[in-house]
Amino acid sequence: MKRSIRTTALIISITAISLGAAACGGPPDKDSGSTTKAATATSAKDLGGMDALVKAAQKEGQLNVIALPPTWANYGKIIDAFSDKYDIKINSAQPDAASQDEINAANTLKGTKRAPDVFDLGQSVALANTSMFAPYKVATFDSIPEDFKDADGTWVNDYGGFMSVGFDTKKVPEVTSLDDLLGAKYKGKVALNGDPTQAGAAFSGVVMASIANGGSADDIAPGVSFFEKLKKAGNFLPVDPTPATIESGQTPVVIDWDYTNAAETAKLPSWKVVVPEGAAVGGYYYQAINKDAPHPAAARLWQEFLYSDEGQNLYLGGGARPVRADAMKADGTLDEELYSKLPAVQGDPVLLTEEQTKTAADYLSKNWSKVAG
Amino acid sequence: MGRRIRRLVPVLGLVPFFGYLTIFLLIPTVAVVVGAFVENDRASLSNIRALGDGVVMRTLWHSIVLSAESAVIGAVLGAVLAYAVVTGRPDGLLRRSVTSACGVLAQFGGVTLAFAFIATLGFSGVVTEAGRDLLGIDLFGNGWLFGLNGLTLVYTYFQIPLMVIVFLPSLDGMRVQWREAAESLGASTWQFWRYIAGPLLLPAFLGSMLLLFANAFAAYATAAALVSQGSPILPLLIRNALTSEIVLGQSHLAFALALDMIVVVVIVMTLYALLLRRTSRWLR
Repeated sequence: MKRSIRTTALIISITAISLGAAACGGPPDKDSGSTTKAATATSAKDLGGMDALVKAAQKEGQLNVIALPPTWANYGKIIDAFSDKYDIKINSAQPDAASQDEINAANTLKGTKRAPDVFDLGQSVALANTSMFAPYKVATFDSIPEDFKDADGTWVNDYGGFMSVGFDTKKVPEVTSLDDLLGAKYKGKVALNGDPTQAGAAFSGVVMASIANGGSADDIAPGVSFFEKLKKAGNFLPVDPTPATIESGQTPVVIDWDYTNAAETAKLPSWKVVVPEGAAVGGYYYQAINKDAPHPAAARLWQEFLYSDEGQNLYLGGGARPVRADAMKADGTLDEELYSKLPAVQGDPVLLTEEQTKTAADYLSKNWSKVAG
Repeated sequence: MGRRIRRLVPVLGLVPFFGYLTIFLLIPTVAVVVGAFVENDRASLSNIRALGDGVVMRTLWHSIVLSAESAVIGAVLGAVLAYAVVTGRPDGLLRRSVTSACGVLAQFGGVTLAFAFIATLGFSGVVTEAGRDLLGIDLFGNGWLFGLNGLTLVYTYFQIPLMVIVFLPSLDGMRVQWREAAESLGASTWQFWRYIAGPLLLPAFLGSMLLLFANAFAAYATAAALVSQGSPILPLLIRNALTSEIVLGQSHLAFALALDMIVVVVIVMTLYALLLRRTSRWLR
């Protein structure tokens, strides 16, 4: 749900907040010495080590995060764990907002105490806004694979997963391939998490359908025609799935990231998750620090926490694949029990490049209305 | 000098209102118009040109069809209801309850309304379940509630009471004496409606319908809460342009789309003003 929209509330709140900010109009609080230093620190060492960073962060006392739904990649527990460990209050704004909303909020609230300190973004939004990020290398930076980080630490992938099909075995027959979904048993039952011209998860769902139907990372047309067929068969359910719609049985089949789908199994035992064979589409989220973070030390401590063994295993607890999984496996710090629970992935995973994402987005914005007009 | 100041005093009372208009109507409108002609911080017509794009044109058409359908249905049913109310006693229970109910229902929109319909006609809505269990029919189909047809139904829900509210004064303006005069001259009921009441009420009826059209055309929250797949109407396309994490950098297209909407609403409201002028001549 995260990457889909609650725009009404969003527009209203942003307007209200910016009006409020304009109305108050007070000068931003004077930075304390350590905070100024934190704003330019590119590693904990710059501040005199981890202990100094913790101290500076605790002095700030707060951290603003945005668009982190509690049920998404275990963020609910991650936020609690960080808060308890360091005694820092986390203000979690608009949990259901989309990636672009995070950037919009940072721009609208710039210079105020309410601006987001850190971002958790989808690929295209992250790469289009790197100028807004502060480079920072966490202590475990070297154990993150090269392909999953910017060399200066401007952004670092935090967790990822594969596109999957989640389904309620009490309501529909076992799903073994995407083509199954075209059958009569799935009439009015197949939901996609969001509008693919808007939300990253839904976009990857179309890519997955494309690869399963003879397309490729460069050609997503077969994916769009798959959904056209799905719609024609009357099987495509135009509802945004949420934990509530899944648990109440309104969305018996959901195409979404495996970690969001997997999170449902805990609450709905009959819920199963498959990554279709030969159509493994991967995607990683991007973590970054807001250059204008009102709490720069807390923001940096948050990164340290997310990339620590503890933070990475917490992602795993939500069914997401932590970016340091391989290194942690080698070190024996990975929670193997949780890792073995991840849905099996067969075949070579496909990860879209920025260029391929762009081409696909262009095609989608012109052609998706055929499916959902 | 003193006299001029005295003449200005009543105008001073309007200052807060003009301030309000400036902040909430004038500035946003200017921002939209200017924003529509800018791209990459430079003057550009690219976004205006993008309005001719197939997807945008189709969405505009859908918006117009949806607004027109819900306005016509709302106007006809609302007018019938208003007539029923007017023929009753002016201080009767029927009139009082209908008008107050309409006052509330005309403003009942947004997320609550969308949710009410989902809970009634959605996949596991009360009526849908009853249809399935008792009659063996599938009212939900393949999710028509979440598309244009669903929007028409849901919009009609607040259009009918709005019609009652805006059309009632015109019906009230009809004098019993006119009917009596016509009857004493030997006019039949049909002739009375054809030559007297009809022509008198038509401008008000059409004007109210235009108001309903504008009301539906600009509605956003209900549609946003109901439709999560695709952007069948313009307000939702604007949302898409602002928040999409797939197709980036479209914020100025959103301005252009908003300009598109302003143009349509200005046309409708101009027609409304013209009709209103005609109506007020009769109802004075």
